[in-house]
Amino acid sequence: MSEETVSITIDGVEIEATPGQTILQAADAAGIYIPRLCAHPELEAFGACRVCTVKVNGRPQAACTTPVAKGMMVENDTSELLEYRRSLIEMLFVEGNHFCMFCERSGNCELQALAYRFGITAPRHDYQYPVRTLDGSHPEVFIDRNRCILCGRCVRASRDVDGKHVFDFVGRGHEKRIWIDAEARLADTPLKGEDRAVSVCPVGAILRKGTAYRDPIGRRAYDHRPIGSDIEACRPAEKKG
Amino acid sequence: MAKPRIATASLAGCFGCHMSVLDIDERILDLIELVEFDKSPINDFKKFTGRCAIGLIEGGCCNAENVHVLQEFRANCDILISLGECAICGGIPAMRNTIPLRECLEEAYLHGPTVHNPRGRIPDDPEIPRLLNRVYPCHEVVKVDYYIQGCPPPADAIWAALTALLSNKPMELPYELLKYD
Repeated sequence: MSEETVSITIDGVEIEATPGQTILQAADAAGIYIPRLCAHPELEAFGACRVCTVKVNGRPQAACTTPVAKGMMVENDTSELLEYRRSLIEMLFVEGNHFCMFCERSGNCELQALAYRFGITAPRHDYQYPVRTLDGSHPEVFIDRNRCILCGRCVRASRDVDGKHVFDFVGRGHEKRIWIDAEARLADTPLKGEDRAVSVCPVGAILRKGTAYRDPIGRRAYDHRPIGSDIEACRPAEKKG
Repeated sequence: MAKPRIATASLAGCFGCHMSVLDIDERILDLIELVEFDKSPINDFKKFTGRCAIGLIEGGCCNAENVHVLQEFRANCDILISLGECAICGGIPAMRNTIPLRECLEEAYLHGPTVHNPRGRIPDDPEIPRLLNRVYPCHEVVKVDYYIQGCPPPADAIWAALTALLSNKPMELPYELLKYD
């Protein structure tokens, strides 16, 4: 590489990063997995889910929005941060209606995969069973807000990749929802089944109709290897352990 | 030394988790060597006959009887395990939790498209356990010590959990045995 790099340290391992990269991007390139939900390589960083929270020089920061700077000391894989991340995932599970047993995304779901990776057997909070709505009006796509985790990937993908702005947030706090740019029905939006806004959903909230359960159990993305294994597999051999 | 005793119950469940217990195949013979079954649908014992080392609970609590049975299990078992999604998060029965109970009953017994109910009564015989306002996960009713996830949990997960706990080892399941579906 000819361009200037800066070195940062993640959990005691020194890595080279390109100025302008975020901590998350630099870690990915070095084969260090920082758990995340709302971050997506094709989309602008958003900092919504806070699952990628790391400690930068002792301060909690979202790795997806924080640019690298020379000499940063980053903590990632610590018991304290794991505990924060577990709590976030547990809260997401109790705040929605996540019925994995019949969800089409089960096995390929990033929320579920993080819970598996963190070894969550049951949330420590009471389930809220909120009342959420579905929209099945569109011939190719449906929204099930029971499963939405408000990561905003669909909002960013529709606006920045598809150039349509079909989705956006409405409401505040626990009333916050993903909504659409039509009076009432998803069918009245310019959304198409092949839009990136549909395929970036990390959970089963926005799904393409007619594609359910294509991967048999045992051949789904996270059946055998934890989420992040693909990134960790890229770690240079000499830096392992 | 007397063998440790195991009790099992299916509350608001479909008996799928019990099927998964049977799905440990011929290892069930090893299990019989290790433990004595107490109150359980497997042997049809209706009452506890002694203190149990482990209680396996399938299903959440949807009515007063479920709560009663669960409390009885807590009182009689040293270790209580929530077995499967319904016991842990309410599962399919908990889908009614977003709908008021009266609306559910009226749909089922009065207004449903295939309902034939000329007297227009919602069943209220005192013999029928009273439904709770919603379906509760077991750990929201009593203290639960361990959770075996899955719908149903894999037989290997049940086997690994039971053999670990019966030999006083921590219950640590490998990655592939933690599944929510």
